[in-house]
Amino acid sequence: MPPRRNVIRNQSAEANLFARRTFITFCGVVVILLLLLGNIYSLQVESFEKYKTRSNSNRIKLVAVAPNRGLIFDRNGVLLADNKPVYSLEVIAEDVDDIKASIAQVSSLLDISPERQERFFKNMKSNRRFKPVELHSRLSDQQVALFSVNQHKFPGIFVNARLKRYYPFSDLTTHTLGYVARINRKDANKLEQEGKSDNYAATYAIGRLGIERYYEDVLHGFIGHQEVEINNQGRVIRTLNYTPPIPGKDLTLSLDIELQMIAKRALSGKRGAIVAMDPRSGEILAMYSNPSYDGNLFVHGISSKNYKKLLNSSDLPLINRSVQGYPPASTVKPFLALTGLEEKVITPSTKIYDPGWYQLDGLPNKYRDWKPWGHGMVDLTTAIEQSCNIYFYDLAFKLGITKISTMMEKFGFGDYTGVDIHEESRAIMPSVAWKRERYKKSWYTGETLSVGIGQSYWTVTPLQLAQALTTLVNHGERKIPHLLKASSELIIESNGNAYHQVTPIVYEPRAPLEINDEKNWDVVLKAMHNTVQKPSATAYKPFKGTKYDASGKTGSAQVARIKQDEKYDAESTSENKRDNAMFIAFAPYNNPEIVVSVAIENVEKGGGATNAAPVARQIMDQYFGNRDIKAEIKTAKVQTKASINNTKQTRETD
Amino acid sequence: MRSTGQDQKKAISIWQRLHIDVPLLLGILTLLALGLFLVYSAKGQETAYVYLKARSIGVALLGMFIVAQIPPLAYRKWAVPVFVVGLLMLLSVLLFGHVGKGAQRWLDLGFIKFQPSEIMKLIVPIMIAWFVSQDNLPVRLSTVIQAFILVLLPTLLIAKQPDLGTSLLIASSGIFVIFLAGASWKLISVCIALTSAFIPILWMFLMKPYQKQRVLTFLNPEQDPLGSGYHIIQSKIAIGSGGIEGKGWLQGTQSQLEFLPERHTDFIFSVFSEEFGLVGVTALLAVYLFVVMRGLWIAVNAQQAFTKLLAGSLTLTFFVYVFVNIGMVSGLLPVVGVPLPLVSFGGTSMVTLLLGFGILMAISTHRRFHA
Repeated sequence: MPPRRNVIRNQSAEANLFARRTFITFCGVVVILLLLLGNIYSLQVESFEKYKTRSNSNRIKLVAVAPNRGLIFDRNGVLLADNKPVYSLEVIAEDVDDIKASIAQVSSLLDISPERQERFFKNMKSNRRFKPVELHSRLSDQQVALFSVNQHKFPGIFVNARLKRYYPFSDLTTHTLGYVARINRKDANKLEQEGKSDNYAATYAIGRLGIERYYEDVLHGFIGHQEVEINNQGRVIRTLNYTPPIPGKDLTLSLDIELQMIAKRALSGKRGAIVAMDPRSGEILAMYSNPSYDGNLFVHGISSKNYKKLLNSSDLPLINRSVQGYPPASTVKPFLALTGLEEKVITPSTKIYDPGWYQLDGLPNKYRDWKPWGHGMVDLTTAIEQSCNIYFYDLAFKLGITKISTMMEKFGFGDYTGVDIHEESRAIMPSVAWKRERYKKSWYTGETLSVGIGQSYWTVTPLQLAQALTTLVNHGERKIPHLLKASSELIIESNGNAYHQVTPIVYEPRAPLEINDEKNWDVVLKAMHNTVQKPSATAYKPFKGTKYDASGKTGSAQVARIKQDEKYDAESTSENKRDNAMFIAFAPYNNPEIVVSVAIENVEKGGGATNAAPVARQIMDQYFGNRDIKAEIKTAKVQTKASINNTKQTRETD
Repeated sequence: MRSTGQDQKKAISIWQRLHIDVPLLLGILTLLALGLFLVYSAKGQETAYVYLKARSIGVALLGMFIVAQIPPLAYRKWAVPVFVVGLLMLLSVLLFGHVGKGAQRWLDLGFIKFQPSEIMKLIVPIMIAWFVSQDNLPVRLSTVIQAFILVLLPTLLIAKQPDLGTSLLIASSGIFVIFLAGASWKLISVCIALTSAFIPILWMFLMKPYQKQRVLTFLNPEQDPLGSGYHIIQSKIAIGSGGIEGKGWLQGTQSQLEFLPERHTDFIFSVFSEEFGLVGVTALLAVYLFVVMRGLWIAVNAQQAFTKLLAGSLTLTFFVYVFVNIGMVSGLLPVVGVPLPLVSFGGTSMVTLLLGFGILMAISTHRRFHA
């Protein structure tokens, strides 16, 4: 670097050079500024729409809002299915750094069982990482408080309040009402197939059983949307737009919870089912299966321990016995009698001699009567009153299986009743064709005799019995058994007025069962009336002293096959092979208002008359005004009223 | 002569006695004030950042005022020793420097932490201006080559930290001096050709992976919209969605909802564009143009080659800030860490810039006394 000092400088030439160069750079500056401005212009003017859209899609998100599920009431307005706020602990896996450590920490803080943690990890794997997964479904107030204080330590874990289904009568209504349960993968796939996924985007639970399942679409309602502004973390900053969800419709059932309570009490300690129905409409007044279980367990996700207990119980509490098949035994004798009259193989005065047994020509087998020494000479009415087997062996033999099964199918045996729950069984109405298909064997006449006393392959559900009896007491007018009476929805008018619009459900009548001689109805019904009213008849004792005019028919079904010449003795037979007790009844005799069908499994002693008929009487006593447990129900009503008020409030604040 | 001198003395205003160039000061204050409003908006309307920025503005303005009092020729005397000390500091940064944000830029002297590279933004133009102005202008080839080497030394040391933005600014401050000193056009063409040839070498051997990534991202930001392309995409969305009139102060959704990264520092121009639109951008560019014009006017009117070159270089380097920053946030240039001068939050670069303006003011107001 040679220092060149004291050079003679040409100041003006230097100034000129510098000015020129400065001017060039200045021009460069202007050009560059125009270039920058041009680029900004292209972004802000030419591509404005594109960037505006992208900016909005950055910040605006649609949040689905679940509709409130419709409430379910009994016929008198007692709340059967409620929505209650519960607090759950939820985890968004994506937002948690060390999921295992965090879960362990929060679990020890809130004392969350290892079982719940295990379930959480299982659920987490089958869920998207940005979707919340439940760790605990029902936090106590104390747990909520404890977590809230420590929330800052657990990013990605939060308490969520939501409305959850609650069944105030717990096991009393489970089989009929059913329950809702968490939407699982199978449900999700089904919703997807039916194109309902969008409507369920915010929904947590779906009807899994009973009414909740059958009327899922009505109860669910329609999803709402909240348009929110979010920041880069996805946190909601404010609501821009809100389309409220449309709540599901409230349902009013035909069930009478008071009758239901009586049914439960009458069946306590027994396995069996009761169906009570109004024959004038087909409304089911009571439908109870014992033992039952608490549907609320399933709402919150049942623990595998509890589920196994229910599943493995020898009492099979999960089964709804009111729609499961039982051998009908003698309860079907009135229907067979009608068939005989219709087919003219007997008349009301046809008599046969009952020596205590029946034998087919040329066959060694003896078919026994329940009375070892026989009923002597019996006509049709006596045969029903006394439940004489021999008469019906003979009748069945005269009719043949095809005439029997054809008529019984008209009464609805062997087919769905069409009741509004899905758990119904068709049970079995045997026929020649049925046996060929089922067993690839031809029909034996001996089997026809067994069918004549409601045994052999024949099974009926208590609901089918109630339905058939309804047809009988209505002189052929058929009703669809149903649980739903009315639905109601909240209508909000444009002027802001809101009211509940109640829509009664109208059931189309079925084609009536027409017979040749109308008098035959009364022959059979009169015989059923005698069965209860005549001191010598089978059901006299259990209905002695009623203020209402009841009629009925008993039945005792063999469950175990009894060998020839063997005597059945309940006490020496193992419990699950003891007889089933059956009973059907209606009252009053003139213009019946209620039909009842009862099935009780494996009774200790006696048959339908001693075990099932008293149960039916308790139902009828209740129905006709002997309200001895009024006080008990009153307290229950007060409780449910309080929760109705709560629900109303939460709905109003929605 | 005496009377003329008296007239001259009379013409010397109070501002000149304070060594303040009023038009330049007005331009600077406009930009600083805008910066306060934008930082308030960009930082979620937190006043804490506004206070911080106001404090560093106060310190920097005081520094500018002090520097403006120093006669510019004093720098000529101290050019060489200061330059040598600066280079040594850069070396020690590389050897013992404090690592921050993945780069060694800070030197911790126990009582103060600072970035020597920032000071070099002033020292390099002083040094080069001194070096080329020793001889008659236009510069000769040999001087140009020597000056280039002097520029290259600090540039490479800073690029190694690595701090691409600062090394770019320092290189351009030196090159501007050489250009303004009248380097021949032939030479300039050769240099451009050589630089173009150097780019592949730079790419293959000298650039760090993250720097390469920035360039790739710049070329196609949509390739990785959530990763390396995120900054530039969000910035363009912010600018573009501003439209002609903008969304209004504090109303920019991209910035208020924090989709825009580095909102108060390097990407503050995007906040401004989103909230004030094309109208605001045009006005802002006009203010920058005004400051540059005033700086160049001071340079042209300076009375010595050294002060002319120094004033010109400082002004044009200021403009490089503007160009690189706006160019990078609007997708014209790759993202290199250069703030929007005087507006972005960040004390260090603002102090350096205002010290530079202090030198410009000194050149503007001291000339009458040493004529």
